[in-house]
Amino acid sequence: MFWHQEVETMDRGSLEALQLKRLRDTVQKLERVPFYHAKFEKSGLKPEDIKSTADIRRLPFTTAADLRENYPDGLLAVSRDEVVRLHTSSGTTGKPKALFFSRRDVDTAAELLARAFCMTGVTRRDVFQNMMSYGLFTGGLMMHYGAEKVGCMVIPSGPGTSERQLMLMQDFGTTVVHVTPSYAFYFADFLEKKGLDPRRQLALRKAFVGAEPYTEETRRKIEAALGVDVYNSYGLTEMNGPGVAFECEGKCGLHVWEDNFVMEIINPATGEPVGDGQTGELVLTSINREAMPLLRYRTRDLSSIIPEPCACGRTHRRIHRITGRSDDMLIVRGVNVFPQQIERVLMSIPQIGRNYLILLEGLDDMTVKVELSPSAFDGQVERLEELQNQVAEKLRAELWVRPKVDLVASGSLPVTEGKAKRVIDKRSL
Amino acid sequence: MNTVKLMAVFAENRPGQTARVTEILARANINIRCFTVASSGAFGVMKLMVNDPVRACQALQQEGFAATLTDVLAVEMADEPGALHRVAEGLATQHINLANTTGFVANQRAILVLEVENPAQVGEVLKQQGLHVLTQAEIMAI
Repeated sequence: MFWHQEVETMDRGSLEALQLKRLRDTVQKLERVPFYHAKFEKSGLKPEDIKSTADIRRLPFTTAADLRENYPDGLLAVSRDEVVRLHTSSGTTGKPKALFFSRRDVDTAAELLARAFCMTGVTRRDVFQNMMSYGLFTGGLMMHYGAEKVGCMVIPSGPGTSERQLMLMQDFGTTVVHVTPSYAFYFADFLEKKGLDPRRQLALRKAFVGAEPYTEETRRKIEAALGVDVYNSYGLTEMNGPGVAFECEGKCGLHVWEDNFVMEIINPATGEPVGDGQTGELVLTSINREAMPLLRYRTRDLSSIIPEPCACGRTHRRIHRITGRSDDMLIVRGVNVFPQQIERVLMSIPQIGRNYLILLEGLDDMTVKVELSPSAFDGQVERLEELQNQVAEKLRAELWVRPKVDLVASGSLPVTEGKAKRVIDKRSL
Repeated sequence: MNTVKLMAVFAENRPGQTARVTEILARANINIRCFTVASSGAFGVMKLMVNDPVRACQALQQEGFAATLTDVLAVEMADEPGALHRVAEGLATQHINLANTTGFVANQRAILVLEVENPAQVGEVLKQQGLHVLTQAEIMAI
């Protein structure tokens, strides 16, 4: 199902021509922004120098630090009168990043999400319960608008208590939800404790799961636990919010709306492009934004481009699910370790729960705390020791570093409903 | 074969964990007849004999603990020098390994608690040595 078939299936030539036109218009517009103006002056770049989308490499990068340094409105490209909305993206330290939206920007964001909803088979007959936080975070409001555009009945439940979420689902027949992966698990546990079978006792059929990277195994576990089809969603406040890339019913990679974004994958260390299919940092340029377009924004998210056409007929290329953050990378005993690798290993061991904590201490000692599933406990100390060894060995095979593994009680590690914090680094290097 | 229920509880190896378990059992009005802890690095396993194993296990599980019940053998020995040696030797001749084992004396009765993989077979061996293997009711009545 298509929301805007003509655009979604546009032939590559026309799509690239549209990208080029919008990219040039964007560069022209950004000449009015002192931050970009100074960069263009320095490199002697003129909008007419952009002759193909490949020329995007002549444009400067924009980083999260640039957004913070230009806080609150140094990167605003229109007058304040044109702005109808402010969102912020939180940072762990210092000022947030402020992002402005014109009326058309908000509408475009909703449009891209309407495409995403339709792409997975959501229709106006669906009841959409939006369990993400509303407010300054774009994930709540923008998805809300997209679902309303499609004509769903939207329940703006926000991240309320599980009791209330369940009541709304039961009373209003919720069919589609929007959740983080950690909350999806938490909610599945909650249903299990209540003795409720979501397949028989709830009308749920789809879940948009995003805001934190997760693995294919996690998708399957959520699908099994809640009896839903899980669709991966990707977005960031800096790029209009949640509607950058979504999965179609093929569930094989996320279509990036290339009429709105130019994507690149680069080597995070050198800034140079990597080949199709190779993993690197996703860099996005918003080419259909009024209030605050950004050139070559360093997302810090790791992914790769799938160049092959998709069976669904959409011509907008896909990216693989985000496999980590370029700044999440840990270096342990000289080896690069991504928390996602650890998650993948743990998911393959049924006696281990879903949460984990990576503890780095001393000079370079890594301990991975994992939860013992209550059903795997048979009272034998020896069996638990074997399990610890088995987990440590599987981690060593994946990471090339053997961590110490500590079994802890189920439910004792923190479940975060927002971006999961899974690493504590106390090294005295 | 007579067996008795031994409850095992998984807990992290840090202060306060036993108190959490005993608090839950106290509130559930459970009487603990035998208690041991085996720790291994970051975690430990508590083993308890209690007057109402099923209810005790449920009380702990409801509070999120991993707890399970296993069938073990409680065998009565004479409370005199050489008694344990006779049992150990008897089992050795049948190639039965003693792993998780504990013993105690209460009210002049010496009880050996054996966790074995096949209680029925080991119980037979003990019976053939003329030893009495206790029932759940008997162990609770000591």
